[in-house]
Amino acid sequence: MSGFTNLNSSAGYSQNSTPNGGAAPHYQNGPVQTYPSMYPPAGYYGAPPQQQGYSTIPGHAAPAPNKAPVTNNAHSANYYHNNHQQQQQNHLPQHHVAPSPYSAPLSSAPPSQPYAALPSAAPPPTNAHYNQQPFQPHPPYATPGSYYGQQSYHPSPAQQHPSLVPVTASGPGAPLYPIVSYPSAPGSSQYGTLSSSQSTSTPVGIPTQMVGAPLHQYSAAPPPSTTAVHPGYGVGPPGQMAPTVVNGQGSTAHNAVHQRYTQSHQASLSYDSYSGVPQSSGGADTDQPPSGTPSTSVHSSPGHHQGGDTSSSTTGSASPVPNSYDSLEGGSYPDSMPPSNDMTNQAPPYGSYGYPSMQSAYQQGPTSHTDASPSHDLYGQSSYQQYSQPFPNLFQLSAALGGLSGVPELEVEALRPVNLLQERNLLPPRPLEPPEPNVSSDLKKVNCSPQTFRCTLTSIPQTQALLNKARLPLGLLLHPFRDLQQLPVITSNTIVRCRSCRTYINPFVTFLDQRRWKCNLCYRVNDVPDEFMYNPVTRSYGEPHKRPEVQNSTVEFIASSDYMLRPPQPAVYLFVLDVSHNAVEAGYLKYFCESLLENLTKLPGDMRTRVGFLTFDSTIHFYNLQEGLSQPQMLVVSDIDDVFIPSHDSLMVNLKESKELVKDLLTSLPEMFSQTRETHSALGPALQAAYKLMSPTGGRITVFQTQLPTLGAGALQSREDPNQRSSAKGVQHLGPATDFYKKLALDCSGQQIGVDLFLLSSQYADLASLACMSKYSAGSVFYYPSFHYIHNPAQLEKFQKDLERYLTRKIGFEAVMRIRCTKGLSIHTFHGNFFVRSTDLLSLANVNPDSAFAVQMSIEDSLADSSLACFQAALLYTSSRGKRRIRVHTLCLPVVNQLSDVYAGADVQAITCLLANMAIDRSVSSSLSDARDALVNAVVDLVSAYKSNVSNLQQSGLVVPTSMRLFPLYILALLKQKALRTGTSTRLDERVFAMCEFKTQPLQQLMRMVHPDLYRLDNLSDQGALHLNDTVVPQPHLLHLSAERLSRDGAFLMDCGNVFYLWIGKCCNEMFIRDVLGCPNYASIPPNMSHIPELETPLSERVRAFLDWLQDNRAFSCTIHVVKDDASAKATLFQHLVEDQSEVASSYRDFLQHIQQQMSK
Amino acid sequence: MAFTFAAFCYMLALLLTAALIFFAIWHIIAFDELKTDYKNPIDQCNTLNPLVLPEYLIHFFFCVMFFCAAEWLTLCLNLPLLAYHVWRYMSRPVMSCPGLYDPTTIMNADILAYCQKEGWCKLAFYLLSFFYYLYGYAFHFLTPLSA
Repeated sequence: MSGFTNLNSSAGYSQNSTPNGGAAPHYQNGPVQTYPSMYPPAGYYGAPPQQQGYSTIPGHAAPAPNKAPVTNNAHSANYYHNNHQQQQQNHLPQHHVAPSPYSAPLSSAPPSQPYAALPSAAPPPTNAHYNQQPFQPHPPYATPGSYYGQQSYHPSPAQQHPSLVPVTASGPGAPLYPIVSYPSAPGSSQYGTLSSSQSTSTPVGIPTQMVGAPLHQYSAAPPPSTTAVHPGYGVGPPGQMAPTVVNGQGSTAHNAVHQRYTQSHQASLSYDSYSGVPQSSGGADTDQPPSGTPSTSVHSSPGHHQGGDTSSSTTGSASPVPNSYDSLEGGSYPDSMPPSNDMTNQAPPYGSYGYPSMQSAYQQGPTSHTDASPSHDLYGQSSYQQYSQPFPNLFQLSAALGGLSGVPELEVEALRPVNLLQERNLLPPRPLEPPEPNVSSDLKKVNCSPQTFRCTLTSIPQTQALLNKARLPLGLLLHPFRDLQQLPVITSNTIVRCRSCRTYINPFVTFLDQRRWKCNLCYRVNDVPDEFMYNPVTRSYGEPHKRPEVQNSTVEFIASSDYMLRPPQPAVYLFVLDVSHNAVEAGYLKYFCESLLENLTKLPGDMRTRVGFLTFDSTIHFYNLQEGLSQPQMLVVSDIDDVFIPSHDSLMVNLKESKELVKDLLTSLPEMFSQTRETHSALGPALQAAYKLMSPTGGRITVFQTQLPTLGAGALQSREDPNQRSSAKGVQHLGPATDFYKKLALDCSGQQIGVDLFLLSSQYADLASLACMSKYSAGSVFYYPSFHYIHNPAQLEKFQKDLERYLTRKIGFEAVMRIRCTKGLSIHTFHGNFFVRSTDLLSLANVNPDSAFAVQMSIEDSLADSSLACFQAALLYTSSRGKRRIRVHTLCLPVVNQLSDVYAGADVQAITCLLANMAIDRSVSSSLSDARDALVNAVVDLVSAYKSNVSNLQQSGLVVPTSMRLFPLYILALLKQKALRTGTSTRLDERVFAMCEFKTQPLQQLMRMVHPDLYRLDNLSDQGALHLNDTVVPQPHLLHLSAERLSRDGAFLMDCGNVFYLWIGKCCNEMFIRDVLGCPNYASIPPNMSHIPELETPLSERVRAFLDWLQDNRAFSCTIHVVKDDASAKATLFQHLVEDQSEVASSYRDFLQHIQQQMSK
Repeated sequence: MAFTFAAFCYMLALLLTAALIFFAIWHIIAFDELKTDYKNPIDQCNTLNPLVLPEYLIHFFFCVMFFCAAEWLTLCLNLPLLAYHVWRYMSRPVMSCPGLYDPTTIMNADILAYCQKEGWCKLAFYLLSFFYYLYGYAFHFLTPLSA
């Protein structure tokens, strides 16, 4: 609940600052003014004591407020305090007491007055209660965790980054803070108070100097020596700089810099909002309030992401993140600068401050400004900073030229024509890397990770005509809720967004000057809100371009109540279990209950988490788990035609309160139905009941089903004709038989309920119909064909592993995702599990970290007037701890007008995946053979388009650009997938499941399923091996998927994404068998071996290290099957050897021949 | 002055076509709203679906009338649309309620564009046939008079 108060307060606040606060992406109809009332503003903060804290401040004289944050830092427990306080300081004044406050931090002595004035000025109520936190510091001192402690956050991250503490801690006096707040000081000048002091320190000449300076520096290209910084820096405004020394680091210039950075670094850390919250991949719910986790991530995330400048600048190398930023800014330099100079010079606010040269002033940050005297050094520094940001101007230039400018070697390589008929070894030695967009190195550094956001064409064609000419699909592949190692989390009162298109501010926007930014999607010029002028990472004012939002292309905001339609829901889980005879036979119930018992505490959620259980056969059984009962009560409803809920408040219970009862139930459940004779399954009515149970709250329904539903609404008939399984003609019944499940899913989606389906059936269960319940409610589907707890241990193991991941993985509730793109581009079709609410908005009742989405795009207007195209995906969700969060990913790509550039930037894997999605749609809406033809035509079209438009070689044969050399192979592999193959016997359910997987699996996983990676393991060498944490991970080469690459004397590993096959040749090296498998010889290898024993031999260690490394970033752990070289292997392993001929499908050679024939037609 | 059955048919068709024109306009507006984000596809489909069959039936009804009146030319002009309606309804997605539009696929750009185009084409057809019926009505109503 505490989350609410917090949110609320910020909301109240943002009302002041953001007029546009509303417009929550999805809940457009109602930004919900009403909510605030639900969390009485007074709630937490409103408490009198805080008021006191506030009023006391003046008494402390100026330094006190300054000090506060510092010490906070020292404790670094109170992120929020800091945060709010800072913001408030910056903010408040401007809004309400404009003139005075700023001066306070600047000159430590006199400001006390303005400060004192502040409270009396009595900011409006909203602020008032807001302010309290900030000034609350005293209590926090004593009990750093006090505030958060109550919130069950992690109270004292301080312990976790002790190393940093000293720095700030050592600056106990006002001193330290001044430095930090410095920046804000200059800003204050605009309000006039301080201007005098500044003007004294800043000679009049400065502005002019500044104008000139940056330019000079560019040309002069001063070496990025850190020393340059020194004087200007260390000396600074003497009074204020002193603190630096206090910190005990400022002896040498280098140190000074260093220190400053560390400081900022630290600031960022302690700063709740900006600290990178490492989203641990495996973790259940990592969305702990940033306050807790950041500490762990201290090093990695801030250092890397937001604090990118820290590390790099200390080393003196070009800093990765900020640079790009600056350079971005530099981009606007040519035109915007001169005018802005004049303008700013005259403009009262900036006048004294001397923003004359936006650029320099800006980049240096006010710091340098204020202490005018050592201006040389100052400039030295600025130049250094600027300089270290590689060529702001150049960048812009290259950006402007997009793909046209200097074609990098890579691109040349990507364009090299490859004759597929001649070149046989096309596979790279290591798995294919996604192509890098041809943008400036700065942009590359901040660009979104290809694992999260990938475009089929990394160079966007300028017009639809050009795109048509290229014969390649344009689309995005998204994995928005992926588990991230590090993620900057931002708590801010105002989330800065474009006023017309509502784009979130991102690294690719342009700052026209200090106060205005230009949206990179719609090109509207927006104001920079005051709050945004303050940079919490460096704790400086006037550096909006250094804010984490503009330093990272993937960020997460804690959203205010403007983004809520209702109070964030708790985590609610309902398990709907099939307990018919069939289910009991399969025996899943015991393993499910075991797994849930084990992971009960790991279910993502907080104190409010609720769970419920519902079982069904021909009747529906509810379980009363109300706290206080001695044992769970079972309530049976046998009227399945008109389902009702027997009891309203005791079926979904608070997990914490009723934990014992839940445990009881889970232990007794498997036994309860062991004798059942009921063979019918009333799945439909059970789902209706589940929907009724969940609709007040929303949440997740997990359905376990083992057979075809036979009773009540949603009953299905078997539609599969086993004789048609291997029919080479069309495959029927890929679509649903009834719209019952779809309608149910839509209802669920409307009530924010996600439905996940576990289908464990040995018979046909019409997955095509059942899957609809997950498809449109943004759920996920798991399918275990022929599941049996004894007869099929492999499936059981997979089920257990999947279940563990499923239960503990992160989850987001009541989510929506909006994808925005640069004007001119539009979204054509979405692929994945969701409900499309409007042209660019997906409604996701639940969002899980393992599902991905694909989007087809089209170009509606020419993109000629921009050199870059950007895409932004914003995912608004409620975390399992009841926080509303927005995860924003932004991708930036160059726009090109040459066909060759389009080909050079083609991402063959992304294209394959997008085509696969399109083929699935086609096979459902039209027919399977249509879809297959379309895939083949995609290859034919590409080759002929390339031949006629780009390659001027009059070569015969199949010529494709290098970037697309694997395309025919991948398409062939697609055609041999279960989802799309014909001729080979494939069960309908398995086929449909494979189709579902295509739609939801993230790209890398999907590519491994389509085209598995094959390695030879028996001759692992250390050549090119990775060394990670003392383990040596060998890197064997990829092999073509052809039986000719296998040899009898070897051992080969095939990585199919969710399963590994270790194929042991008949004459395999005995040492390998002994050392790795622990068997004396080939003959003694057990037939169904499914694990690699942990042996102490070097070879075994290598192999296991390699396997672990392969598994590393996968959501669901893979099972491994040791396959011996005998007949049974043919079925499992050889079907993946896609380059070979099978009974019905052609080999790669034949396929190419076929393509060639098609072309000549 | 002879108020023949044919004249009656034309008069009826005239009125009904006016109604159909409103249907078509309604469709066009509805899909435009969908495209511009104003409406939730579920709501939109719920309002549009009940209108589909009435439209088809009205059209079918006056086709039958023309058949009875032995207005072969007019009937021939209407047959393609009639056939299209039959085909369209046969190939609708799996639905338990009457109607054509499925909220889960309606936002697909292709389908949306198709539906919009369909709306415009029908509007044009109905408008033209409106004037044709007007002419037919006048012709059948007035010709005997002049004779």
